[in-house]
Amino acid sequence: MKSSRRKFLKAAGLSAVGVAGSTAMATSARRTGDHEPPTTEGKRWAMVIDLRKFSKDDALIDKITDACHRVHNVPDFADDPKNEVKWIWTEDFETAFHSQEFHYIREDLKSKPTLLLCNHCDNPPCTRVCPTQATWKRASDGVVMMDWHRCIGCRYCMVACPYGSRSFNWKDPRKAPNLAETDSIYPTRMRGVVEKCTFCDERLARGQQPACVEVCDNDEMVFGDLNDPSSNVRRLLAEHMTIRRNPGLGTQPEVYYIVEDPRTLQEIAPAAEVFGEEGGHA
Amino acid sequence: MYDTGKIVAGLAVFVVLATSPLWYNALSAAPPGAPELQKPTNGSTECVEATDYMRASHMMLLDRWRDTVVRDDVRTYTSELSGKTYDKSLSGTCLDCHSDKTQFCDACHTYSVVDPYCWDCHVIPKEAE
Repeated sequence: MKSSRRKFLKAAGLSAVGVAGSTAMATSARRTGDHEPPTTEGKRWAMVIDLRKFSKDDALIDKITDACHRVHNVPDFADDPKNEVKWIWTEDFETAFHSQEFHYIREDLKSKPTLLLCNHCDNPPCTRVCPTQATWKRASDGVVMMDWHRCIGCRYCMVACPYGSRSFNWKDPRKAPNLAETDSIYPTRMRGVVEKCTFCDERLARGQQPACVEVCDNDEMVFGDLNDPSSNVRRLLAEHMTIRRNPGLGTQPEVYYIVEDPRTLQEIAPAAEVFGEEGGHA
Repeated sequence: MYDTGKIVAGLAVFVVLATSPLWYNALSAAPPGAPELQKPTNGSTECVEATDYMRASHMMLLDRWRDTVVRDDVRTYTSELSGKTYDKSLSGTCLDCHSDKTQFCDACHTYSVVDPYCWDCHVIPKEAE
């Protein structure tokens, strides 16, 4: 009797160790996949935004935002920030890239308006939490899609997105002043639905560039296929210093920003002046 | 039986009241016929599928269009009737011919007391209003 209890306890202990071990191994195996290059079945759309080509109070920023929001019938409740719906918007450079901790860069760069939009992450946390599969990463090209027919407005995706790329329609969008007279036949959303940038999937289907990219005359925003080594985005990424928003989270955002590199900085402002503005070092 | 007269009279009143909707419909003017739907104003004579099929099953067709466009990115539809290819677009393709929503969609939906919510989001094009 005694020996059989001992056998049982031994077996139970061993199997517990076995289960724990295999779970840990499976988890670590999954982890290693997080930082591999992006994988989709075909294309992998990505965007490169050249911050050097934007200036403070740039009229182009308004033009870009307007092009996107007009074509997609994005409601504008100007008076109430709580009701703000944004597909593309701006933050100060320092706020947009707070995880990179640019504490001591030039003040004018710190406060530079930086265009932000859905990063169409390769490892999107928003799609994982959606209880109705109303948002998902498209296998064919990596676009993080929205199905507004299916969204039940639970806002889990807004909590999951670390970039603030998703907006909730607290009010009926049709009541927004700017949608009273609209000439776009793109559907509006309804109250209680989350919306965001979809990389202009409806335009991609027609072989067009996203609306924001189309209004840029000087390659301020460039859109292309990351899986094609000869594409325009790959060329820019090869030749320039680029950063992404909060890459440490492992979401693999696919919107890249070209930042001032030290050589071009010196052309714009000699080193002495750069230090002079910060004070104390010159 | 006590109070036969009262009971029979009461029963008669009850039966008349309970069946009054039937009487009302039978005695009022002839029931309204199926609504007359507006024919396409742009001269088009054929729909994406046969008229009978569209009349009975357009909602299923539109549901399939919706799912395949949004979820599978398949944006064109090949008609089984004519083999022609159409854009799967409510605001574009459907309203291109059936340009007056109130005379087409609403006429029948009101008659059959159904209230689809397509137009909560989908936009009626300017020229079609």
